[in-house]
Amino acid sequence: MKKIYLDHAATTYLISEVKKEMDLFWSEQYGNPSALYSLGMEAAQALAGARGRVAKILNCNSQELIFVGSGTESDNLALQGVAKTMEVGEIIVSAIEHDAICNTANYLKDLGWKLKIAKVDQGGLIDQEYFKSLITDQTKIISIMYANNEIGTIQPISELVKIAKNINQEIVFHTDACQASPYLSLDVSQLGVDLMTLNASKVYGPKGVGLLYVKKGTKIKPIIYGGGQEFALRSGTENIPGIIGFTKALEIAQAKRDEESKRLIILRDKLVNELQDKIERVNLNGHPSKRLPNNINLTFEDIEGEAILLHLNEYGIMASTGSACASHSLDVSHVLKAIGLPYELIHGSIRFTMGLQTTEEDVDQVVKAMVEIVEKLRAMSPVHLDQDQHPKVKH
Amino acid sequence: MTNTKTDLRDQQGKSWVYSDIVKEHFFHPQNILLPGEEVDYQSDGLGYVGSPACGDMMKMWIKVDQKEDRILECKWQTFGCASAIASTSMLSVIATEKGGMKLDDAMKIKAQDILERLGGLPNRKIHCSVLGDKALQSAINDYFKKTEQFDRVKIEGAKIIDDQLKITDKDIEEAVLEGADTLEKVQVKTKVGTGDPSCLPEVEQLIKFYQDKYYG
Repeated sequence: MKKIYLDHAATTYLISEVKKEMDLFWSEQYGNPSALYSLGMEAAQALAGARGRVAKILNCNSQELIFVGSGTESDNLALQGVAKTMEVGEIIVSAIEHDAICNTANYLKDLGWKLKIAKVDQGGLIDQEYFKSLITDQTKIISIMYANNEIGTIQPISELVKIAKNINQEIVFHTDACQASPYLSLDVSQLGVDLMTLNASKVYGPKGVGLLYVKKGTKIKPIIYGGGQEFALRSGTENIPGIIGFTKALEIAQAKRDEESKRLIILRDKLVNELQDKIERVNLNGHPSKRLPNNINLTFEDIEGEAILLHLNEYGIMASTGSACASHSLDVSHVLKAIGLPYELIHGSIRFTMGLQTTEEDVDQVVKAMVEIVEKLRAMSPVHLDQDQHPKVKH
Repeated sequence: MTNTKTDLRDQQGKSWVYSDIVKEHFFHPQNILLPGEEVDYQSDGLGYVGSPACGDMMKMWIKVDQKEDRILECKWQTFGCASAIASTSMLSVIATEKGGMKLDDAMKIKAQDILERLGGLPNRKIHCSVLGDKALQSAINDYFKKTEQFDRVKIEGAKIIDDQLKITDKDIEEAVLEGADTLEKVQVKTKVGTGDPSCLPEVEQLIKFYQDKYYG
């Protein structure tokens, strides 16, 4: 049975060109870039080369780029590192951030920061009027993700930056662009952000490599101390193979960004349309058009997500759900809650995230599988949300 | 803690946190009452438990051999995850096997009994299996009421712990089953003791008791 991987927002595979470029740096050019012999200097050169290549993609200076160990670490460095340079104040994050931002912001709250949550509308877009009303002269940090990992909603980051900076020029604006990186422009001068997070493992690069763009002049302190690598902002011997792999992966993804986006939008819309065509009461969660080309988040009414996933697994199809039953905490997705989806619809949500290897045949297979799965699970479900005939009994 | 998502991504598709028995009952559930059969099904008792918002809901129909006081048939419908579906299916088998269970015995089926027959469940999924026995009790109570055996109707008693907010031991049990494992988390769910903290020692004892009962 062919495996159909539709969980690219969770992580991606390493593509062969990337692996090939990394190969040299494991056992041949393995030197520590800090060392003063040829082997070390070669590594330092490779690192500088990679930094320059990434800087070109982000349209920034290479000294504004800090390689770190993950997207999560990058988010932590951004928020904690900037907060460390300031007296406590107000921080604003959106209601649909990744846990790496939510929990770091909560940590700052514990330190005395005032945490404000920017709410989103039904499509997942920041409510701009409300956002504006949150910003005061005490607002020091804002973090809004570029594109959401669960529903794929794309925020107009440059507009939000303008709104914030018009009110308070001193605000440091961070965006988590991990999910956006294969599909959207990462030009920081256009985005206008002070800090931006990227992660190699979402863009067909290796795991364990992240990046923080820090605009020149932004005050920031390290959260990891040691030998002072990465402009003293991230100590620890540089992960040269990882950084080289990340660089290559980002170059490839950004080079085929438009072509791949176009291809995936067709597949995305085909999957949504055919599922809604062949199955009754299937709702698209998130924004109909302002969403990542690879993201599909649907609710299948009257049935539960984890049960759907286990059936999909039998068809070799890998996806994810916002249902409480599939999470560690037994809490439902905070993102689907934030866009106003009621619990009974969150429990039946399924996210498919497509990628480089996704084909039209895969889409056909998913439709075929989902028709059978939904029929089977609905046949044994006492819930009929359209008829609202179930008694409201709480257990 | 086990992670179903990770296991699902396993290349072979073999590694799974659920036991083979759970998988068997999930993929091939026993005794479902299909939507088309519902209208004509002459049940002696009907029980409901849960709600779609909670993520689990069960509906259970029983037919009773009145003379023998045994369950003849036990049909069900379940909205929920794999554990919920598998445990309802297993419960329906337990209730009807070997000529059918005596009603008094069926009333005593505990979540633990279903768990044992399923070969266990991942810790965090245990709460999904405690609904099945409640659905069956609800169906049997319905039968008792319909046959005017009111003295046999068994309502599980709840004891008020927080007198000010009228929070019972059942509420604490439910919070623990929903994953609250500390006093703080139980308070987030129930607000117990926030008005009158004198009940907190007892609440902490109850949390420990239910933790041990379900996750110990």
